This record gives sequence, structure tokens and C-alpha cells, in this order.
Amino acid sequence: MDRTEPSADGGARRGLAHWRGSRLTLAPAFVWWAVFLVTPIVLILVSSFFRRGPFGGVVYELTLANFVRAFDPLYLGVLWYSVQIAFITTVICFLIGFPAAYFIATRPNPRVRAALLVLVVLPFLTNFLIRTYAWIVLLNREGVVNQSLRGMGLIDAPLSLLYNDFAVVMGLVYGYLPLMILPLYAALERLHPEIREAALDLGARPLRILRTVTLPLVLPGIVAGCVFVFVPSLGNFPVPQLLGGGRRIMVGNLINQQFLEGRDWPFGSALALMLMSVLMILLVVQSRVLRHSREIQLDA
Amino acid sequence: MRRVSMVRSLAVISTVALVVAACGGGSGAAAQETGPVTLQVMNFANYMPDDIAERFKAATGHTIELTLTSSNEDAIAKLDGSPAGTYDIAFITNPFAEGLNKAGKLEALDHAKIPNLSNLYPEATQIATDPGNKFSVPYSWGTTGICYRSDLVKETEIDSWKDLLEPSAELSGKITMMDEARWLMIPALKVLGYSANSTDAAQLEEAAGLLIKAKKTLLGYDAETFYTKLDSGEAVAVHGWDGWCNYATDPNVKWALPSEGSDLFVDAMVIPKGSPRLDAAHAFINFILQPENGQWVAENILYKVPNKAAMDALDPALLVKYPNMAISPADLLKQESLRDLGEGQTRFTDAATKVKAAP
Amino acid sequence: MRESRAGTARWLRIHMTLLYAFLYLPLVVLVVLSFNDAQRAVVSWRGFTTRWYGAVFENPELLGALGTTMVIAAMATTISVALGTLLALGLERHTRSSVLDSAVYFPLLVPDIVLGIALLSFYSLIRLPLGAGSIVLAHSVWGIAFAAAIVRTRLRGFDRSIEEASLDLGVREVPTFFRITLPVILPGIVSAALVVFTLSVDEFVIAYFTAGRTVTFPIQVYSMIRFGVTPEINAVATLLLGFSMVLIVVALLVNRGRTTSDPRPPEGATG
Repeated sequence: MDRTEPSADGGARRGLAHWRGSRLTLAPAFVWWAVFLVTPIVLILVSSFFRRGPFGGVVYELTLANFVRAFDPLYLGVLWYSVQIAFITTVICFLIGFPAAYFIATRPNPRVRAALLVLVVLPFLTNFLIRTYAWIVLLNREGVVNQSLRGMGLIDAPLSLLYNDFAVVMGLVYGYLPLMILPLYAALERLHPEIREAALDLGARPLRILRTVTLPLVLPGIVAGCVFVFVPSLGNFPVPQLLGGGRRIMVGNLINQQFLEGRDWPFGSALALMLMSVLMILLVVQSRVLRHSREIQLDA
Repeated sequence: MRRVSMVRSLAVISTVALVVAACGGGSGAAAQETGPVTLQVMNFANYMPDDIAERFKAATGHTIELTLTSSNEDAIAKLDGSPAGTYDIAFITNPFAEGLNKAGKLEALDHAKIPNLSNLYPEATQIATDPGNKFSVPYSWGTTGICYRSDLVKETEIDSWKDLLEPSAELSGKITMMDEARWLMIPALKVLGYSANSTDAAQLEEAAGLLIKAKKTLLGYDAETFYTKLDSGEAVAVHGWDGWCNYATDPNVKWALPSEGSDLFVDAMVIPKGSPRLDAAHAFINFILQPENGQWVAENILYKVPNKAAMDALDPALLVKYPNMAISPADLLKQESLRDLGEGQTRFTDAATKVKAAP
Repeated sequence: MRESRAGTARWLRIHMTLLYAFLYLPLVVLVVLSFNDAQRAVVSWRGFTTRWYGAVFENPELLGALGTTMVIAAMATTISVALGTLLALGLERHTRSSVLDSAVYFPLLVPDIVLGIALLSFYSLIRLPLGAGSIVLAHSVWGIAFAAAIVRTRLRGFDRSIEEASLDLGVREVPTFFRITLPVILPGIVSAALVVFTLSVDEFVIAYFTAGRTVTFPIQVYSMIRFGVTPEINAVATLLLGFSMVLIVVALLVNRGRTTSDPRPPEGATG
């Protein structure tokens, strides 16, 4: 599309000439994906254009009925609810994750940085189900948290901390926090304190530094973190089921249900295909905006 | 231009992959193996005695390799996605077995090779999904009902699904129901006097309406750990499997079979189509039907088994301690067996989704 | 100015304390429950016992499943980070397309159940034997995506003139990569490895469908739900946590005096 190199990048173009062979670096991943991702899912997702057989399976009669059915308000409602939950989860993860990543990235000792990072992911080496049961022990009406709060005299009646949207969001935030912190850390780690201090010494206001120095550098990290949290939150189903008490379902559950309980691979595929398309469009738009903003910076 | 060439090479690669896949796919009918073989068994973890492989090997010379599964639905998806002949035995609940059979995915059983079928109750051959055990042999069976805390439910007599759907004040907000679609719909369908296997749109709509209304007085849906919620007192009455009701440790947890009737479920052994080790598979089923294996299930899983010889060998104290273990085969058969829903499954899934998605 | 900075630092420390408390709170419960004398009730206390630890060591299958899971995760991480890094480098240098940019995230958009069933069918078609290897192939599909996206965050604004200078001085591409580029992207690689490893260890759906008879730790646990997950699982998890904690402390203590400075890039040629 736009193959014009921005002028500020002119120096790098000479460097690129040396890296003639390096276009090949794209190949291994794309070949991997062509074989182990695109081919298999195409084999399944084409079934969305066919009909479910009487006992599951696929009847090869072309139809668009699955896509029409997906626009039922029932499914759109589930999608809207999922988007809300995933959005709130992403925002909270960012608010908690950004300061944490910043703190870890600014530790002077690399060993301490590594240890703090490992400590962030360590809880997740245990099993999801067991961690979730532990949350239930903590949060139920007679649970540790309620009893402690009552013991301290902070509350009279037990709080409803489980089997509601609060519990779902908390469970998702807990599970996906590392996916926010790690990319943010990767982006923030190279932010030398000296740059910030130099800018401060030159009289720049902290907010301006954030906007002109910090933010552009860490923006890719923020985008990666938000995508890492938002997308799997949307598709998560064990958390709404166990911590949310299954009171509401999310898109992930819906798709799962069609593939498993309903044995309806065609409709499940149609739902998956539509979800993937919407997310892909959002990502491309996001990437456009990001590239645009970067080119403006480079020109400045 | 370069991008075009890359796209083209990607297209070539994926085409090649597809062709390779298609060529590799032609599977010849596997020849039956003779002599000691390795049997591929699909089952849940901890659902058979630990030493089953050793004893089976000692008795028949065959080895067992176990593939773990986590639900009926997962098991079926796994069977559907695997080439024929991958599995020799699968443990699966009866309506799912019926569906597999209708789809032509199970082997017919040769009763001559399963003499231990005589250990079963006569009722075990009359299950609606497979009368005469043509393709499935029952391993355990039971029903679902209401499990409740008798010390916390004082004023209400628990005897109807209505106790869950339109709960009294002392139950309200302290109820869980099962979230697996087939079981989710049972209380409402039964209260309305419909079949648990209904695929009638109007009936399902009515049942879904009842369940959505009941959602307001529900603590949550839970088909897996409801007994711990009874223990902690978070829930005081739940819809659950009879055997699991026995997992609650609180002595005040009691069991009730609703007056409107309930379901009959049978966990059965089947031989997936194309098993290359049919003789050994039959030998396995026959071996499992020995009373000591059924007895182990009853004593450790706290499920009833359709194996008369095994039930007769049980310590009577167990049946006193867990009254739902004493439900007779005749009474079990009075409950409605869940069936494969065929084309109606779509309407059923939709009704269940409507309930689960409702705010 | 200094005062406000000190204030920020204090605020950050409080934030970190709360964060780690949040992350480790359920783990305290998990450890306590590993001493719970209950057959099934995973969530209510029935008295103290150490029998679950005994059970763990008598149950080679459970430890075996844990070992398998770790090996799978290590292999998936290696492949993902290697291919993801190459992809990130290639994308940053050779693409100006937002579609290709976004394609990196595509594997994350595919619902687990779709990828799991699709891969099972595909492996059956190409007659690929199922096992640890087929899980590694599957986990790498999204692992590469995570790795590429994270490593890319390091490349934004990377001053390529250093690479260029190195190349101009006649250093070949590969040594240039290891001496100049790698140190710059290393923190990205570390983050990516942690993400992929952690997700792989805990992944159930895709592993379930692509495992064949291989039992990973999550498959074992989910398969136990039906008849009650025993505190044995908690004991295994506790042992794993304890082991990891010891490793971290040892890593922090060993040669503590040696690396207190900050050798951050771009110092470049420290190879």
C-alpha cells in the first residue's frame, strides 16, 4: 500500500540493503501457521457453510442459515455482555499492570528485575482449577475474606463476592494480569531514567514527558498487553462458570457449547468465524491508527 | 510485488499441506490383531480400580492404555476427530452412546463373548436407549434429584422440583442447579409434565421461561462441586447427581427424589466402530462385569451399579449410610431415560442457551 | 520535585505489595488445603494431614504428568520464541502493511475449542502420531504470536544505525545479530518466554484434543473433576511452588555481589 519510506528512516534503508536475506525471517512462522493453523481451521470452518447432520456431523448442503442464525438477539446479547466484561477486565488489568511493569522495569539490578517478573507468573504454574477453588474458599459467604472483614468489624452482613459479575471480572483480572505486565515490562524496560531526567532538567512538564517521550515508546507494549487480555477474556468460559456461578455466559462458552453439547460444528464454526472476523477488523484498524501516529512522530 | 509473491508462496504451501493431508487420509480397514494386544480405553480419571490393568493382564494377557477424558461431550468430540480404530473401549453416558450408535459409530456387541452379562440385573437390559444391550453395557447408573441440608431447611418439605423453581423464603438465594444442558432443563420440563427429552418448541420455550424466572432465586449453576456448597452452607438445596450427593461430608445432607419424576442415566461401555481389537475389547467388558469391579465402583464412587452380583456383595451399612444407594433397579427404571435428541438437539441447545444467557 | 518523586516511589511500593498479595492470596489457601484431611471436599477444612504428600510420591503418574507438562512447555517456548523473534524482526523491517501487522495476533483470535478440534482432525488426516510432540506443535501456534508481539515492542524506535555500522565494518549478519540486536531485544525475549511457558503449562482444551494418550497435568486434573479432585493435586502444586521459590532465591543469592550494576543496552558488543 504505502511503500514510501519516511524521510527520517532514510539512514536505515542503507542498513536494510545488507539484510537482503532477512526477509526470510518471516518464513518459518508463516509456514508454521500455514500448516498448523490455517489449514486445520479452514478444514473445520468451511463447515459453517453447511448443515448439522441429525446426529451431529456435517451434511454437505450449502447454506447461509448458520450466519443468519448467529444474528439472533440471543447471541448478540451474549456478545455484548462479553465485550463489556472483557473491556472492564482490560482496563483494570492496565491500571494495575502499568505501574507494576514500570516499577519492575526501573529496578537497577537485573537479577531483581528477573525475580520480580518470575514472581508475577509463578502462581500460574499451579493448576487453574485449584487456584479457582482457592478463590472460592476465600470469597464465599462464609469464606476467609468475609470472616476477616466481619472479625475486624468492617461489615455486619457477609458480602456477596461470588457468583456475580464482580467475581467474573476479578477472576479474569487475576488470570490475565501477567499478560498485561510482561509486554508492558518489555516496552518499559528500555525507557532510560536518564531520558526522562534530561527532559525534566530541560524544563519539560511531567505530563508532556509522558506524552512525548514515554507514551510513544511504550505504546506497542500497551497495545500488545490490551490485546493479550481482551481477546482471551472474551473467549474465557471456566471463570464465568466457576466464579460467576454460570449465571451468565460469554462468547467462549457459546462456541464451546455448540461444538460440544450441541454437537453442531457448522453453527459453532459460524459463530467462531464471525467473532474472529470482527476482532481481526478491529486489530487492523488499530494497527492503521498506530502506524499513522508513528509516521507523524517520525516526521516531527 | 514482493508481497504478492509471498502471498503466492503461502498459498502454494497451504495447498501442498492440504494435498498431503488428503492423501494421508485414506485409511484401510485394520486387520484384527491376535494374541496379546494393547487395548485403547477412554475413561475418566479414577473411575476404575487402580489395579485394573494389572489384573486384566494377569487374566487375559492383554495390556490396557488409558486415555483420560473430562466429559461426555469432550469424549465424543475426541472420538469424532480421531481415525476409526484409535479406541477400543469408551465409557460414555447412555444418551450420548445412543447418538453415536445412530450415527453408525459403534460396533455391535457379541454377547457370546460377554458371559458375565448374566451378572447384571434384568432391568439393565431394558434401558430405553439400548434394549437388549446391543451396543452398550451398563457400568453404573443413577438419577438426579434434590440434595439438601436438613438442618438448614426446616419449614419446607423437599419433595418437588418446585422447591427449586419457586423456592420458599428459607431456600431462596441458596439453590444451585445443574448447568449441563440436558440436566439444566429437567426440573422445568418435569414440573410442566413434559418429557425430559422434549424437542417441542413451545414446551421448551415454556420450560426456559420457568428456568429464567427461577434464576433470580438461584445462587448459581454447578454440576461439579455442589456438594461442597452444601457443606459450607452457601447452598441449602441443589439439583445434583445422586452419587455426588453422597460426597458431602456434613451428616445433615439428605437426598430427595422429586415427585414429578426425574431422569435415569447410565454410564456404559461401548466399542467405537473400527476397533481392530474386537476380541480383547469384548474380553475387557466381560472382565469389568466381574462383581469385584462393580463393588469397587459402589464403594469408592458411591454410585449404584447395575451389576446384581456386585450390589449383593456390598456391606448393607453402606446402603443405610447413603440411602440413595438403595434405590432399587425397578424404581430407577421408572425414571425417564435421557435419549439422543437427533434433529431436535438444536432447539434444545437454543432453549438452554436462552436460560444461561438471560440476565 | 525530588519530594514528589519519593512520593511516587512509596506509592509504587505499596502498589507492588498489594499486587503480590493479590497474586499469592489464593496460593496460601492452596498450600493450606494440601494438608486437608478430606477425600474430595477441596474447599472445606477437615483436619490436618500430610498423607497427600505421601500419596504424591506413591503416584508416579501425577508426577509424570507434571514432568510431561514442563517438558512440553519448555519445547513450545523454545520454538515459539525462536520463530516469534525472527518474525518480529522481519515484520519490523520489511512490512508496511497493517494487515500483516495484525496477522501476528490472528492465532490468538481462534477459539481454543476450534483450534483443538481442528488440529485433532488435521493430525488424523496426515497421520501424525499424537502425543507430547503434537501438543508442542499446537501450543507453538499461539506461542509464536505472543512472542512476536512482545519482541516487537522492543524494536519500535530501535536505532538501526548501530547494526548498520557493524555491518559496514564488515561484521557478518549473524554475529551482528548476536552482538547488537539480541541484547536490545533480550528483555522482550525473556518476557515472551515467561508468557508462553506459563500459558502452556496451564493450557487444557487444545492439549486435551491433541494429546492422544499423553497425560498433562491439566488433563489429569480436569479428568478428576467428575469424581472429586483430591488434595493430592494441591500437594503437587505446593511442591512445585516450593521448588520454584527455592530456585528464585538461589538465583538471587548466587553471585549476588557480581551483578549489581545495570548492563542495559545499548552498550552493544558484550555478546
